[in-house]
Amino acid sequence: MELTLAVAIGVLTGSGVWLILRPRTYQLVIGLSLLSYAVNLFIFSMGRLRVGAAPVLGADGSGNPADFADPVPQALVLTAIVIGFATTALLLVVLIAARGLTGSDHVDGRESR
Amino acid sequence: MEWTRHLLVVPILLPLVTGALLLLIDESRHTLKALVSLASTALLLVASVMLMCMANSVPGASDIVSLSYAVASWPAPFAIVLVLDRLAALMLVLAAVIGFASLVYSLARWHRAGPHFHSLFQFLLMGLAGAFLTGDLFNLFVFFEVTLAASYGLLLHGSGAFRVRSGLHYIAINLAASLLFLIGVSLIYGVAGTLNMADLAVRLHAVPAEDRMLLQAGAAILGIAFLVKAGMWPLCFWLPSAYMAAAAPVSAIFVVLTKVGVYVLLRLSLLLFGSEAGELTGFGGTVMLWGGMATVAFATSGVLASQAMGRLAGYSVLVSSGTLLAAVGMGDAAVVSGGLFYLVSSTLTTAAFFMLVELVERAREPGADLLAVTREAYGEDGGEDEERDDEEVGVVMPGALAILGVCFGCVALLLAGLPPLSGFVAKFAMLTGMLNLDGLGTPAGIPPRTWLLVALVILSGLAALLAMMRSGIGTFWAPLEAVVPRVLVVEIAPVVGLLALCLFLTVKGGAMIEYTEAAALSLHDPSSYIQGVLGPEQAKAVAR
Repeated sequence: MELTLAVAIGVLTGSGVWLILRPRTYQLVIGLSLLSYAVNLFIFSMGRLRVGAAPVLGADGSGNPADFADPVPQALVLTAIVIGFATTALLLVVLIAARGLTGSDHVDGRESR
Repeated sequence: MEWTRHLLVVPILLPLVTGALLLLIDESRHTLKALVSLASTALLLVASVMLMCMANSVPGASDIVSLSYAVASWPAPFAIVLVLDRLAALMLVLAAVIGFASLVYSLARWHRAGPHFHSLFQFLLMGLAGAFLTGDLFNLFVFFEVTLAASYGLLLHGSGAFRVRSGLHYIAINLAASLLFLIGVSLIYGVAGTLNMADLAVRLHAVPAEDRMLLQAGAAILGIAFLVKAGMWPLCFWLPSAYMAAAAPVSAIFVVLTKVGVYVLLRLSLLLFGSEAGELTGFGGTVMLWGGMATVAFATSGVLASQAMGRLAGYSVLVSSGTLLAAVGMGDAAVVSGGLFYLVSSTLTTAAFFMLVELVERAREPGADLLAVTREAYGEDGGEDEERDDEEVGVVMPGALAILGVCFGCVALLLAGLPPLSGFVAKFAMLTGMLNLDGLGTPAGIPPRTWLLVALVILSGLAALLAMMRSGIGTFWAPLEAVVPRVLVVEIAPVVGLLALCLFLTVKGGAMIEYTEAAALSLHDPSSYIQGVLGPEQAKAVAR
């Protein structure tokens, strides 16, 4: 499982980095989205990988904390996802505005010669 | 005393509530919106000054110099805390002062140039206040994002192809930097198991040696995210164009944004990697020192090469950031104390400069004013950039050019660090700290890198003076066509106010230095911060 997750994060990051270095605005937004997925998975993995363990203790608060998954990274991921959504939406608006104002989808607003 | 503790949340809640309320008011009611926003920012300023007095009057100044506020009353390591110490209070007051000045400036016309200016502005102030006050790494990320999201909107305020293009670069770079921030934070969490800064400082001692490399990697990645915001070379190429593209009041408040990066680096490097951190002491200091020097060198050549005054102002921001980073990298209390003085002085100066540039450029471009006149003559509803009903806003000043010239001269003196203004005191305090690092009389002498930094700081002042003289002569003494710019009182008043504050800093230099010295000493003694947040037992554990 560790290997699968590591490969997934690696592939997402690699593709994301390659895409944000490309000159088209659409590639930029997809690249940033892929990078943020990779980062979200990475945050998640920092709480250690556990299968079938709940992040919340029982109602009576009993139980050994070692049997439960770490809830903090899960909360962090949730926040990061929400913030990532909002900023990506904002970036999309700016991309469309830039396309309308400059008539080009190049990140510099004009084709490089 | 009890109720004053709750003042700590005021700088965050007040702009948040005001910004949300302003969303409900219709865009056509500018005056009402402006009044609400202005009143809230004035209250924020009052609250920040009260907090600064509180931070400065903590009993037993040498023992506990930080006050913490547990949000929702959860105990410290488990929940988010807000922490107030002298440094945080100083930054808060600085942000509130510049926020107030740029808001007043924007009332002349900029606040009507697009929708939701006031809401975005309030959210930006909220994010800044939160970033200065929070004692939790992830909460810091959230406030950073609040600040950045508001800044994206504000940078695009007024629209136009140039703004949208540099806004695109600005947003893309900051999004990538935010991802680095998250990676750094989660690595640190994975190793240390906490995000509370004070708790982290305690737990760093218990990190086993084999995990130390992961921790260092996390801290380094986190540091890069802040260095991007602070604009260290080679991470700073986006900064001059973005700041130049933004509307004048927006770039004035953006000057504080670069200082957030510097603030966090200063706080975290001294809290986590201070003198008590064992093997980790001084981690990253060398990078900040050399990176800061490279930034100063790069920005100095940028200042000399700039044709447009807006770009000159952008590079001045970089000079200030670079000098501060190098001062932080020195890691000495006396240098940091001088650096804090320099931070206040240079932030006020560059903010005033950005506002001044817009006013001065009106004198340089006769075409723009002509266009406004023809528009008025043809009865067109002037564009968003034009002063439509300025008669109601203020009166046209006679001798506007003279006042602009005096302000421009003051900014030049401040940037160059010449007496009698506070730029001189700030640089003098910093250089004294640097040269006395190991004691002037010691046989070891002063290391070459200190000489290099001293030379760079002085040369950057000389370059600023040359560049300012060049554009000043071109604008005020030898204009091709003499045009007296129309300057409103509300536009020049904030500039004069900020420069007067610099003058005040010079007159009250002694008191200010005392304050920054106390702030620097408490930064170099992390146990007081930890004690303020976690209580006395934990602080003792660190001191051991």
